Amino acid sequence: MGTMTERAVKPLTDRLAAGLPVAVMLLVVLAAWYAGAWALNAPGAIERVLPQDGAWTWQDLLQATMAMQRPVLPAPHQVAFDFWSSLVGWPIDSPRNLLFHVAVTAESTLWGFVMGTLLGLVLSVCIVHSRTLNRALLPWIVASQTVPVLAIAPIVLVILGSLGFSGVAPKAVIAMYLCFFPVTVAMVQGLRSPQVIETEMMHTYAASKWQALWLLRLPAALPFLFPALRVGIAAGLVGAMVAELPTGAVAGLGARLLTGSYYGNTVQIWSALVMSALLGLTLTSVVALIERVVLRHRSQP
Amino acid sequence: MNRTTFKTISLALASLIGGLVLMLHPSATSEMPPSPLFWLATILLAVLAVQSIRRVAALDGARIYASLTAALFGVWILYFWQLLVVVFEVPKVLLPPPSLIAQSIASHWPTLWGDFVQTVLKAVLIGWALGSGLGFAVAVAIDRMPFLQRGLLPLANLTSTIPLVAVAPIAVMWFGFEWPSKAAVVVLMTFFPMLVSTLAGLKASGKLERELMFSYAASYSRTLLALRLPAALPFMFGALKVNATLALIGAIVAEFFGSPTQGLGFRISTEASRMNMPLVWGAIVVAAVTGSVAYAVLVQIERRAAFWHPSVRES
Repeated sequence: MGTMTERAVKPLTDRLAAGLPVAVMLLVVLAAWYAGAWALNAPGAIERVLPQDGAWTWQDLLQATMAMQRPVLPAPHQVAFDFWSSLVGWPIDSPRNLLFHVAVTAESTLWGFVMGTLLGLVLSVCIVHSRTLNRALLPWIVASQTVPVLAIAPIVLVILGSLGFSGVAPKAVIAMYLCFFPVTVAMVQGLRSPQVIETEMMHTYAASKWQALWLLRLPAALPFLFPALRVGIAAGLVGAMVAELPTGAVAGLGARLLTGSYYGNTVQIWSALVMSALLGLTLTSVVALIERVVLRHRSQP
Repeated sequence: MNRTTFKTISLALASLIGGLVLMLHPSATSEMPPSPLFWLATILLAVLAVQSIRRVAALDGARIYASLTAALFGVWILYFWQLLVVVFEVPKVLLPPPSLIAQSIASHWPTLWGDFVQTVLKAVLIGWALGSGLGFAVAVAIDRMPFLQRGLLPLANLTSTIPLVAVAPIAVMWFGFEWPSKAAVVVLMTFFPMLVSTLAGLKASGKLERELMFSYAASYSRTLLALRLPAALPFMFGALKVNATLALIGAIVAEFFGSPTQGLGFRISTEASRMNMPLVWGAIVVAAVTGSVAYAVLVQIERRAAFWHPSVRES
């Protein structure tokens, strides 16, 4: 039976035992963050916030380091407060609202993800069915995994910009080609994963190439596809954010990070960073959720 | 070499020579508008090229034929890129011909070399070594602390879904515009894959072997050195290879966020905004070659270090 039922009957104590170390780790990270904020902000606080005559106690110092205007490292609660106030303090279509930027980035990521996945699927089916493509093209696609393909992003922006495309299209194209490589490589592997005996059985049923693809190869490839999709959507998100960097971009998490660093607004950078981490986690867990639904009847993970 | 092989190789060579001859035509360097005859020759050459690639791909036997197909395909792609871009006079901003990119690499070699030193030899190499080394050290250190492992591992796995490179603006703020800030981003990006892989590798030794070590009364450190670390090598090399690409991406993208007036990422972003595309492509070629060479070097080292492992012996 599926893993979901097993997970459901797992006793609560087991779950606690698994969650406790993670919770402790998170607490340690939080404590280290506070300690770091105190240590890194102390020099600036002594210089700028506290009275110059030295008439301050360590409590004053602690208080000052936790509430700096432009801290070297903002304390977690400052980030949380900025994060929250940007969510509720402004209308959703205002550029001061983080959700607005999330929507912009997520839109191009998702477009790119869908296009890149489709392209990868089509190409991998072609590669599996054509010896020429397999030998001529696949080595280059595999080799491209060792190359920083994200570096091409500025070129894509210039090319599409001079062709008159702007807005979501160039960003989606960059996210697309970043998704495309892992999906293609994994799908070629997956479509080839059925064993000889299974393909021979399809052959004895006089199944056509399309039937063999649809009934045997594609289902067999799914366990290979989903890990690649998780990698792909994470890569696509990075691509979309990098595409928002060039000057002129005003919307999106990448642009938000850049404006934050232009104006030295550290709290804004950190809340944008937290938001992009959350977006990455959300996108990947949506893919993981789809994976669990699609593969729920498989006994093996 | 049998008859089919000979005929196929001859066809491939003949079409390559035909390609060279067509390159000598004045239209191929846009000195003359292309005549119908030139178009006919081009189409014929394209058909020949496709045919020769298909024939070479169909060859059985030696493994060299597979790489030959890929190489032939690459050469023809470059060839038609050059030919068509020149003949159609595609604007340089859209797509410069390969010859122009090569020229630009040659004439800007001192600049690109400086960028290479700045980005690869400083930020990438130091960041990669530090990040991977730290990941390895932490993994070995918490090897005997299952509580820490269970706490760290889920978090470390999650980091692969987070755009870690976005910490670049903060790194710039903390460590300045020079390479230490890029190296810091690279350290952060390479640390977690190495940690996760090393932890997985340390669990990879077989039960039989571990029991054998136990029956020898081998100490913990002896077992670690003689059995578990060697068994973890393939995992660690896997992470080192992934990290090499990640480190290049991290350093280049971090330079998009702000950098001194040197570095591959800086070159790519500034020259792209100045529409000097041949140099942008040149910088990308340098980055791509660096990535491939780093990967190849790591594969060679792995073959030397883990020569006994089935995954190495098979290939």
